[in-house]
Amino acid sequence: MTTATEPREASEKVDLWLRMYRQMVAIRQFEMQVNELYMRALMPGLAHLYIGEEAIAVGVCEALERTDYITSTHRGHGHCLAKGASPDRMFAELLGKKAGYCKGKGGSMHIADPATGNLGANAIVCGSAGIATGAAFSARCLGNNRVSVCFFGEGALGQGVLYEEMNLAQLFKLPVIYVCENNLYTEYTHYSETTAGDILTRATAFGLEAARVDGQDVRAVYAIAQRLVDRARNGGGPAFLLCNTYRYHGHHVGDINREYYRSKQEEQTWKTERDPITNFGKWLIEQKLANAAALDRVQVELEAEMKKAVEFAVAAPYPAVEEVDEDVYA
Amino acid sequence: MPEGGDRELTFAQAIREALAEEMRRDPTVCIMGEDVAEAGTPFKVLSGLLEEFGKDRVLDTPISEAGFTGLAVGAAMTGMRPVVDIMFGDFITLTMDQMVNQAAKVHYMSGGKWRVPMVMRTTLGATRRSAAQHSQSLHAWFCHVPGLKVVLPSTPYDAKGLLKAAIRDENPVVFFEDKMMYKLKGAVPAEDYTVPLGVADVKRVGEDITLVATSSMVQVALGAAAMLEEVGISAEVVDPRTMWPLDEKTLIESAKKTSRAIVLDEGYERYGVTAELASVIATGAFYDLDAPVKRMGAMHVPIPFSPPLEDVTVPTEQTVFDAARTLCGR
Repeated sequence: MTTATEPREASEKVDLWLRMYRQMVAIRQFEMQVNELYMRALMPGLAHLYIGEEAIAVGVCEALERTDYITSTHRGHGHCLAKGASPDRMFAELLGKKAGYCKGKGGSMHIADPATGNLGANAIVCGSAGIATGAAFSARCLGNNRVSVCFFGEGALGQGVLYEEMNLAQLFKLPVIYVCENNLYTEYTHYSETTAGDILTRATAFGLEAARVDGQDVRAVYAIAQRLVDRARNGGGPAFLLCNTYRYHGHHVGDINREYYRSKQEEQTWKTERDPITNFGKWLIEQKLANAAALDRVQVELEAEMKKAVEFAVAAPYPAVEEVDEDVYA
Repeated sequence: MPEGGDRELTFAQAIREALAEEMRRDPTVCIMGEDVAEAGTPFKVLSGLLEEFGKDRVLDTPISEAGFTGLAVGAAMTGMRPVVDIMFGDFITLTMDQMVNQAAKVHYMSGGKWRVPMVMRTTLGATRRSAAQHSQSLHAWFCHVPGLKVVLPSTPYDAKGLLKAAIRDENPVVFFEDKMMYKLKGAVPAEDYTVPLGVADVKRVGEDITLVATSSMVQVALGAAAMLEEVGISAEVVDPRTMWPLDEKTLIESAKKTSRAIVLDEGYERYGVTAELASVIATGAFYDLDAPVKRMGAMHVPIPFSPPLEDVTVPTEQTVFDAARTLCGR
């Protein structure tokens, strides 16, 4: 993108940019409420916050149609929201309530929603690589022109099944995009301690189209996702997108003391210099597409919306005990 | 006993006919696995399907059991009815995450929203001189998992009817074929029929003892019953046909009638299918039993290669005959 064309392009896409900004803020505000629910001991179990990585889910999902498929991970709230899930039913699921997306049976790590093409978040690392690839297989067989996106963290690079799926996807020329979110830490271990060689060449070895992008830059993620999605939809086959990013919080909400695996200085640098929302907001202001007051208003509105969604979920009833053995078989 | 008409097919032909009929009936049914296309599997069970249905519906895969099973899960969720072929039952170990953590749980975890109508066909059975990694009968592993159905046909008639029912089922079904039985002949009607999952079949009516037998052990039980008849013991042979859903009623009623029962299964006796079936009978027929329920399964050893060693690892007509006489006290 040259500087000469940038302003024109920027203004043409103003609605898109503002929607993406709003969506990133929505995810962050959602996750802040999740953390709050944990701190107030209102949430059973744990949750894995997506704060810091919002640009990836938003940039990729913005390039998808509602009928396209995604699979998500244990750190999946951002993907679900970006694909169109509504916060109130997500909070209800996080609290194990009947009104949740999975009637409370799935919880934070298993939110699924056929209405938005969400095949489900998955608590097995790399557990959904097969599902995403299979959805792309269906799209090819049924000729419905859909694309499938498999989100996973860099920890999944250690799972052999990922390579089996990429091999199959390329052999069958399937419209699937493997989106690797490298937030640097596989739980409590720096990825460099667990990942030999080069990441992208793992995909190019199978003949996949592979690309690397700054996962903190939502415009860059969107641009490249759009290219790979269009390519897949037009029969070009599978692709691999490596997004470099950072997880602001711990592996899960209870992972508070993190100095043994990463420094506070490192966290601070990412938050102050590379925050996807702050930097995108600055760009919007520079381009005169928004002013600071308008962006602040987005924050305030979404914070209020999320609080309302939490109230709905807290007040919602639990499922009846009799429902425990329903839905085991279809 | 089912009416088969005057047409005879082998077990392998019955399987092939079931698949071909379902593929003609439903364009979303497809087959994938190692050497399923031109080769028609090493057992030649699928010969001819490629010619009729083409390579888009009969797909050779890489040797990636986890990969193509996972792909099938996703395909099943999104509109296809895949049938995956796992060449030897021993290789199911490689598919366990896809079957146990994904296929079995998707429906429940999503609150009943996503379904996984897929079939995994695989084999069981020893005494083929194939040693420890090609001879196991591991169906009990899947019986332990809520969300899966497990089918063990013992005749060509049952194989065809049960496989058609499995393909039409809305759940993941694991279908075990005894590889020593592929050449067994039996009556199979030409017209369309299914055998519902969860209905046992009395393969031989008797008065003095019930032999509950699965898959490969049905023929062993029938052979033993013929030997027992010569010494004046009338044995009833009951085949549950499906491990889950399980027709408890038929097993219990037979045991109540005869007052004695032996449960036969080629899987490992320890913590195996025989333990569950014996428990069902011991609980349900307690006041009518004249002897403890006897269990007979594979010895707790890896299946050895050497023929004289292998032959003693599984129940035989002679060992069942001896056990039945002891139980009857004559």
